[in-house]
Amino acid sequence: MNELVFFLNNVVVSGAVAGSIYAMGAIGVTLVFSIMRFAHFAHADMMTLGALLVLALTTLFPEAGLAIGLPTAIVMLPVAMVITAIAAVGIDRVFYRPLRAHKVKPIVIVIGSLGVTLMLQGLIRLFAGTSAQSLYIAERKAIFRLEMPFELASRPVIITEPQVILFVLTLVAVVGLHLFLSRSRLGKAMRAMSDNPDLARASGINTDTIVAVTWIIAGGLAAVAGTLLSLDVAFKPDLSFFLLLPIFAAAIVGGVGHPYGAIAGGFVIGFAETLAVFNWSVLLRPLRDSFPTWLELPNNLALVGTEYKIVVPFFILVAILVWRPTGIFKGKVI
Amino acid sequence: MALLEASDVHGGYGGMNILNGVNIAIEADQIGVIVGPNGAGKSTMLKAIFGLLEVNQGEIRLRGEPITNLAPNKLVHKGMGFVPQEKNIFPSLSLQENLEMGTYIRPNNFRRMLEQIYDFFPPLVEKRHQPAGELSGGQRQMVAMGRALMAEPSVLLLDEPTAGLSPMYMNEIFERVKTINAAGVGILMVEQHAKQALAIAHKGFVLAAGQNRFTDTGEALLNDPDVAKSFLGG
Amino acid sequence: MNRTLPVRETVLFSGLLVAVVLIYLSMGSAYSTRMLVEAACYAILALGLTIQWGYAGQFNAGVMGFVALGGFAAMFFSVPTNPDFWNTDLPGQLGIVLLMLVVSIALVFVASRLDRVGLPKRLRTIVTVVLALVLYLVVISALREVTGEIESQAGFIGGLGLPAWTGWIVGGALAGGLGYFIGHICLGLRSDYLAIATLGIAEIIKAFLKNSDWLTRGTATVSPLPWPTPGPSELGFTLSRALYLSITAVLIAVIFFLLHRAYHAPWGRMIRAIRDNEVSAAAMGKDINRRRLEIFVLGCILMGIGGAVLTSFNGLFDPQGYLPLNHTFLVLVMVILGGPGNNLGTIFGAVLVYIIWIMSEPLALFLMQGAVTLGEAWFGWDAPSNLDSRALQARVFVIGLLISLVLRYEPKGLIPEKVPEHD
Repeated sequence: MNELVFFLNNVVVSGAVAGSIYAMGAIGVTLVFSIMRFAHFAHADMMTLGALLVLALTTLFPEAGLAIGLPTAIVMLPVAMVITAIAAVGIDRVFYRPLRAHKVKPIVIVIGSLGVTLMLQGLIRLFAGTSAQSLYIAERKAIFRLEMPFELASRPVIITEPQVILFVLTLVAVVGLHLFLSRSRLGKAMRAMSDNPDLARASGINTDTIVAVTWIIAGGLAAVAGTLLSLDVAFKPDLSFFLLLPIFAAAIVGGVGHPYGAIAGGFVIGFAETLAVFNWSVLLRPLRDSFPTWLELPNNLALVGTEYKIVVPFFILVAILVWRPTGIFKGKVI
Repeated sequence: MALLEASDVHGGYGGMNILNGVNIAIEADQIGVIVGPNGAGKSTMLKAIFGLLEVNQGEIRLRGEPITNLAPNKLVHKGMGFVPQEKNIFPSLSLQENLEMGTYIRPNNFRRMLEQIYDFFPPLVEKRHQPAGELSGGQRQMVAMGRALMAEPSVLLLDEPTAGLSPMYMNEIFERVKTINAAGVGILMVEQHAKQALAIAHKGFVLAAGQNRFTDTGEALLNDPDVAKSFLGG
Repeated sequence: MNRTLPVRETVLFSGLLVAVVLIYLSMGSAYSTRMLVEAACYAILALGLTIQWGYAGQFNAGVMGFVALGGFAAMFFSVPTNPDFWNTDLPGQLGIVLLMLVVSIALVFVASRLDRVGLPKRLRTIVTVVLALVLYLVVISALREVTGEIESQAGFIGGLGLPAWTGWIVGGALAGGLGYFIGHICLGLRSDYLAIATLGIAEIIKAFLKNSDWLTRGTATVSPLPWPTPGPSELGFTLSRALYLSITAVLIAVIFFLLHRAYHAPWGRMIRAIRDNEVSAAAMGKDINRRRLEIFVLGCILMGIGGAVLTSFNGLFDPQGYLPLNHTFLVLVMVILGGPGNNLGTIFGAVLVYIIWIMSEPLALFLMQGAVTLGEAWFGWDAPSNLDSRALQARVFVIGLLISLVLRYEPKGLIPEKVPEHD
């Protein structure tokens, strides 16, 4: 049974962690795509920016979390979300809106967002250097060991505190987003604008407001995703190019412009990654005695090595573009 | 004072003028109908009034107030409603959410107006939670008009409301237009079905090559042999 | 036709010439010639990007991947053979694995056609996927075993010991083949998807080259790479580099001439027609996706060749040395600043931006040092130790800012594309 526990730790927990983070990034990407019709390449760097802000705040007030019983980084997260959201709106005003006003092709705004990516990367590394840093400064990461109620399982399932917080926050974000889009006037106006921007304008909807709200949501969620990723592993300034592909793949798999699809796509990509790098021979080990003798299983039955993890989202992206470019939930923008 | 008055309007897309001096005027309780051959600039005129393309000469007034080249969302606040010919609904929003977008600028009126709209268009009630994209053509047209009416406009611009509809639905839409007008909303619409439209019109404007060819009451135009010969198919 | 002297071009190129002369005077001829050779290699990359972006409006965000692929080919073909590998039975084992791969692909292909002999489609799909998965695992396990053996016994498989130019040609071909694969999938879709896919493939190629120690020595790097011309040991730095420069100059001249011809030929007109108005070009019955694929592959080939020439010149194959900033975004800035769609403008942009890029490194360090000195003197600021690497990050910022500024204020570049009225 220890093999099963190994599977739970390495596939189920890790997949859910990666999936939650990709989902929160992909929601932002897909919302920006559905409102402004361009692929926002600077999104992963907004995640890093949010994490950097948390790192800075945690360094300034390392003891703040002890009073509440949460990691300090989580206490600082709302502040970082607000600043990242403001930064996102500001970036749009300064860099993207003038391009939109010139009625350039969407791909030119994509290049503009790459320019923003580089600027953010430059600033982030200027302040944070290039090495990895832990977001736990005055505390230690709490780890929960869940003993399995089976006699044969001697090893526990391991979940860390930031992972639990990540799952909770993902759930809150998904439910909150659903309520916002389906119940609130602003959320409905956002869907209306994504459906038909001209008619939205003709209905008196102020499209500038909707654009700003989109950036606030995208920026806020990016800060959450970046911070929790950094809490789970460590803050790395050069993460963004590796995050970008899974996030875009998640948005496209779910159907671009489709927020619920982005959530599903995030988990598809997250689990696909962990399933692909999982060494399946571990699971087959208990059955080894029952195999015929001529069949000698290799020790490594992983589909791809961890160093090639980035191939997985790419492969899924290519597959979906070939067979179903609208995504599993029929996106609006192809 | 006329409700909506456009005098000597010139305009078009990207420097190419399609309108070369169009005059339109309707009173508060009237239905105005713009007819004419393809390419006469009928829909273009409607878009020019609603601020969707640039007017480079002439003036448009709403109750005497100049509104030339005002942005669409400002016009909505001033009491103008516009129903485009195509893409006039939000397909992924439910029918009721489409109507709700009509009261986006005055959310407090939503409940009251919703009842009125469902009274106007009873077939919509039972489909209210369906995505608007799944409705039939006639129902979509009702949703589109309903959305525009939700904002309680004083004047409603309709761009070919019966395009692509079956004769049964066409008559139904024309009946609705009359009812809406009877409720005190001035109407300016562009129509391909010229005879039927002129029959309900108080004023008719026959455009050709971006200019007024004939302007008179609907009845007079219907009975004018020149109009009949050139524009109403004999 | 207007035949007056092009004032803008003359002024800009004279300015550039003055800058180059100044650099020769201040930095010495060996250094300056090296800079010019590198700038020339970048000009080839930039020409590849300008035909994709400028001619056809396709945005390739993964130039780095094609450069790295070209660089790999240059290394693999030119480096001497490794007797430790060839004198064992390892080549045979590797050959068997490759044979297994070919057979597996054939088997999966046959399985995917089983519906033609009456198998239900759903069953065929299941059979194909399961077969592909099993065969993939078999082949990958065999490959892992052999490559592990190669790494422990021979280090890496070495090169082919052929002249460098063979690697350049194959580098172009490899990059073109990869471009065909990507373009085939993405060119019918929104242009954003091409950008995403190329960005991804570039990281994948880098990951592959970095981790395939048996093929590339990975992080251990391969050097020296032979030049097609006599090296510095025979002729001295300046002369040998000047000789290399003349080769790249000839390459650029040939590419420039061919592109100029193609641009003004019906083919080039068609490409531009598609870029400017896709709907009407399609209505005229032009096979849009085919033309788009041609231009994309052509651009990738140039990037492969440029990458190969650049890597050969550097004399070092280091997979980790390929960076998005240096090999994708720098090229992008060259193109959009110089003038997308204008070959002359692109070459101008390449040389100008490369000079600024090279000169900005000492400048950034100098400015950073100044800031630290002031900071220490005035505020008692305790400067971080990894200052050098941080100073270089300022260049990342500047490149990003440059992209944003050019897009907003000079979207057609310094030497804009001259669209012939009709020809």
